[in-house]
Amino acid sequence: MSTKDNWKIWEIFIRSRNGLSHKHVGSLHAPDAEMAIKNARDVYTRRSEGVSIWAVESEAITASAPDESEPLFTPADDKVYRHPTFYEIPDEVGHM
Amino acid sequence: MTKEMNLEERFQAYVDGENKVEPKDWMPDKYRKTLIRQISQHAHSEVVGMLPEANWITRAPSLRRKVALLAKVQDEAGHGLYLYSAAETLAADRKDMIDDLLSGKAKYSSIFNYPTPTWADIGAIGWLVDGAAIANQVMLCRTSYGPYSRAMVKICKEESFHQRQGYEILLTLAKGTDAQKQMAQDSLNRWWWPSLMMFGPTDDLSPNSAQSMKWKIKRKSNDELRQEFIDKTVPQAEYLGLTIPDPDLKWNEERGHYDHGSIDWDEFYQVIKGNGKCNKIRMKARREAHANGEWVRKAANAYAEKQAARKAQEGSAA
Repeated sequence: MSTKDNWKIWEIFIRSRNGLSHKHVGSLHAPDAEMAIKNARDVYTRRSEGVSIWAVESEAITASAPDESEPLFTPADDKVYRHPTFYEIPDEVGHM
Repeated sequence: MTKEMNLEERFQAYVDGENKVEPKDWMPDKYRKTLIRQISQHAHSEVVGMLPEANWITRAPSLRRKVALLAKVQDEAGHGLYLYSAAETLAADRKDMIDDLLSGKAKYSSIFNYPTPTWADIGAIGWLVDGAAIANQVMLCRTSYGPYSRAMVKICKEESFHQRQGYEILLTLAKGTDAQKQMAQDSLNRWWWPSLMMFGPTDDLSPNSAQSMKWKIKRKSNDELRQEFIDKTVPQAEYLGLTIPDPDLKWNEERGHYDHGSIDWDEFYQVIKGNGKCNKIRMKARREAHANGEWVRKAANAYAEKQAARKAQEGSAA
């Protein structure tokens, strides 16, 4: 067996309570998915932080490149008409 | 060259704007290296820090104290894991980091090379050592590297329990018999100065600090943090009715801070060099623990490989 262990890195997501989405809390090492859940339970939920755990292999995540963030995200900046406050509704109409 | 300069200038401007650096962002090589060194040493300190306290788990004076100490030591293991993970986001390898600790190449906080001969030491560690760590870690919640900062936020939330359980231990002893009070005083005598040394050399002798401050890895200087810790801790010692072992310690009205006597930096450098009371015992315990876990790691590997092979076979059969 190789001296270098083949424990993969996993990204851990926790749902703090039902009704909320899972949120990324950090990562950890584990040889397989089952152990990743067990380790995540010990590492990330020692104080009732959650009711559900997702473990995702870090390698399986495709991320947008930071140097592409400008072409990807700035086009939304000048589209104020996508927000409700862009439209003027008289006060008399009431809440809309 | 000029392109590199531009990147570095842009990076500095980005950090100056109080923006967090995330793993895939461009960063100067030296920034990456500094963080890997700092975060991995921080992780090692959490892990080695379990040893002086583990010494008292089986001898805690009550079940209440025992469950608290177990939970605290388990937290330290967790903190080590958060931090190793944060270092990994910088492309550091977990196994290399552990190897560096075990070979003695990597350092950990010198404070853990002091012994814990009495139960009061568990109180003093929680109150003073964790107290000093908290001062440093609260500052690091605002560090410029995102994953490190997030790990610190989590750790700070948990450290507060550590410090309170330590202070409560000393409060109980301080209100106890003369012998118990003496035990508390003795542990304060032994832990006070090493706790002040935890913040590192004075600012004028801390050569790497300036760059770390510029990159906002550090947000306060060693001396600033040390002063903060002293100012916060002196009234807590007074409440305990214990005496801080520094005859020069006195409130300076003009500065609005406590003045303190000079720190024995010779001792600090001796302990760093490996000549502290427990350097050898700590490393021996850590190496043994790692070696004794070898079969567990191997078994987990073998099991994962077997399961993966089985899954692949089922997949190809279907």
